[in-house]
Amino acid sequence: MDYFKYLRKDKMPHIWCDGCGNGIVLKSILRTIDGVKWDKDEIVLISGIGCSGRTSGYVDFNTLHTTHGRALTFATGMKLSNPELKIIVLSGDGDATAIGGNHFIHAARRNLDLNLIVLNNNIYGMTGGQVSPTTPHQKITSTTPHGNPDFAFDISDLAKSAGANFVARVPAVMTNKMDRYIQKAFQKEGFAVVETLTPCPTSYGRANTETGETGVEMLQYQKENSISIDKAKQLSRSELQNKIITGIYVDKEDPSYLEHYQQNQDNAN
Amino acid sequence: MSERTSLIQGNVAIARGAIQAGCKFFAGYPITPSSEIAETMSEELPEVGGKFIQMEDEIASIGATIGASLAGDKAMTATSGPGFSLKQENLGFAVMAEIPLVVINIQRGGPSTGIPTKASQGDVMQARYGSHGDYPIIALSPASVKESFYMSIRAFSLAEKYRTPVIILGDEIIAHLTEKVTLNSEEMPEIIEREAPEVSPEKYLPYQRISGGVAKLAPFGQGYRYHISGLVHDETGFPTNDHEEAKKQLEHLNNKFAPHKDDIIYFEEHHTKDMDTLIVAYGAPARSARRALHIARDNGHKVGLLRLKTIWPFPDEKIENLLNEVKQVIVPEMNRGQIAQEIKKYNPHNKEIMQINKINGEPIRPDEILELIEQEG
Repeated sequence: MDYFKYLRKDKMPHIWCDGCGNGIVLKSILRTIDGVKWDKDEIVLISGIGCSGRTSGYVDFNTLHTTHGRALTFATGMKLSNPELKIIVLSGDGDATAIGGNHFIHAARRNLDLNLIVLNNNIYGMTGGQVSPTTPHQKITSTTPHGNPDFAFDISDLAKSAGANFVARVPAVMTNKMDRYIQKAFQKEGFAVVETLTPCPTSYGRANTETGETGVEMLQYQKENSISIDKAKQLSRSELQNKIITGIYVDKEDPSYLEHYQQNQDNAN
Repeated sequence: MSERTSLIQGNVAIARGAIQAGCKFFAGYPITPSSEIAETMSEELPEVGGKFIQMEDEIASIGATIGASLAGDKAMTATSGPGFSLKQENLGFAVMAEIPLVVINIQRGGPSTGIPTKASQGDVMQARYGSHGDYPIIALSPASVKESFYMSIRAFSLAEKYRTPVIILGDEIIAHLTEKVTLNSEEMPEIIEREAPEVSPEKYLPYQRISGGVAKLAPFGQGYRYHISGLVHDETGFPTNDHEEAKKQLEHLNNKFAPHKDDIIYFEEHHTKDMDTLIVAYGAPARSARRALHIARDNGHKVGLLRLKTIWPFPDEKIENLLNEVKQVIVPEMNRGQIAQEIKKYNPHNKEIMQINKINGEPIRPDEILELIEQEG
């Protein structure tokens, strides 16, 4: 397919570093849009702040580059206001689960028909590699030079617990799976989250070489250490250390927020 | 002329004014003393096909409001001081991205949690400068329940006309005051609708720098695929780091209201043709000022009143002209002199500016203003 059908060619080159996983996710999103045949005019791509936030500038849709962590709030108002719009929200791990953590869990709880693609690179890339809520325990970042004392959020588990209709995690190396999950998300009524794991060699790889130093090495690491949810269930806690769990965390058909909302409106009138 | 009479509360009047103006979206978060606005909207918006949502916090409320506005709806949020502080970043976004919306701030005692159930006018400067960077803003302040209704309509019209957030700086006294309101069609402010761009999507510039004008805002989803960002941007809306372009954008933004001050700034004058003492007041203290003025004039004091309805942009020319006419000025405010300090900037002949300030949640009484008038002769 011709990716430039959906890209703003004149905004290239993008700002992402060599080896960054963002381009892999973007291509998967564009392939999926092409597959589900959404019209460019009805698509709104909303992003927060950070490396992933810049995506909105590159794609030829209605695009909105919001404030840090708040993309889901803008999306919520917009979807309620015009339910016909196909809204895709892009957010990094810091954007979605640190500064925007409250919006993340409440968007999942509300189960409004939004598609959230999280680009989780386990670090704040744009600002120079600081620790994020998904940086694993004891890893080195520019604000945890002696190791990270915190423990990481499991974004997919969090979204599932909070009530999202569809949640899946996929490492950037598995592009076919990513396409499938994003398609499922797009076709799902209710809140859908695809957590993509994106290598950040510049900030993360350089400081934590044991999981790969370059983009290619980091993808290789993902490939060698990913296991399915089903397989993970059979392993002990210690066996699961350093494993990347991939798969669909939840896929249910609860009525979306808009359905409940309409019902209540009808009751009122 | 058709008339409608009701007995309603200030907050309810703001909500009903919004609905009258065509507001179709409200997002809010509970906070005293503004919650009745959200409650009224939750009850009455569905009746006109509008959407109400209570969001998870104050930041989310204004975020959702911006999103709804971009989808084409007239949209509003309401809060009080602490929530207004939380909204400042997204308020700045709406200013920068030029998104029409209305933000109600029913001021309560501060700082911090302050005195939630008591009145204040402590957010005058927060309304002006609360978000980071240099930017223009419109803020209005009602002094009666009826005016709350009309001002709500006017706020929406200004927001749409000038593509900007408009703040209503209410105070707890007017917000919780219940009084008889008789609305008539002749007094109704003009209801301005958002205009669609006249050009084709290929030629559309969402941030076109029209001299003295405002570029049209195309709602998302109608064929105009463009980019909106809080970053400094060029006329297409895409970010730029070019210093010249940044200067052009920010100058254009900051001067947006300058050619339209007569349209945006409105006020009410009492006895200003024949006075040697001028009272400048807004919101609840303006009612006490009016009472004090009547008694003082009965007692032979030449007192006039300028009641500000528009706080920002500041009515600088009007103030300067009136200051030329008088010996002294009295400024009663439920803060430590936020507007009095502003008046001092437009006082070339150094007329005496006397302040009456209260920040303990108590209203300013007519006798306190009267006492000062009589003291000064």
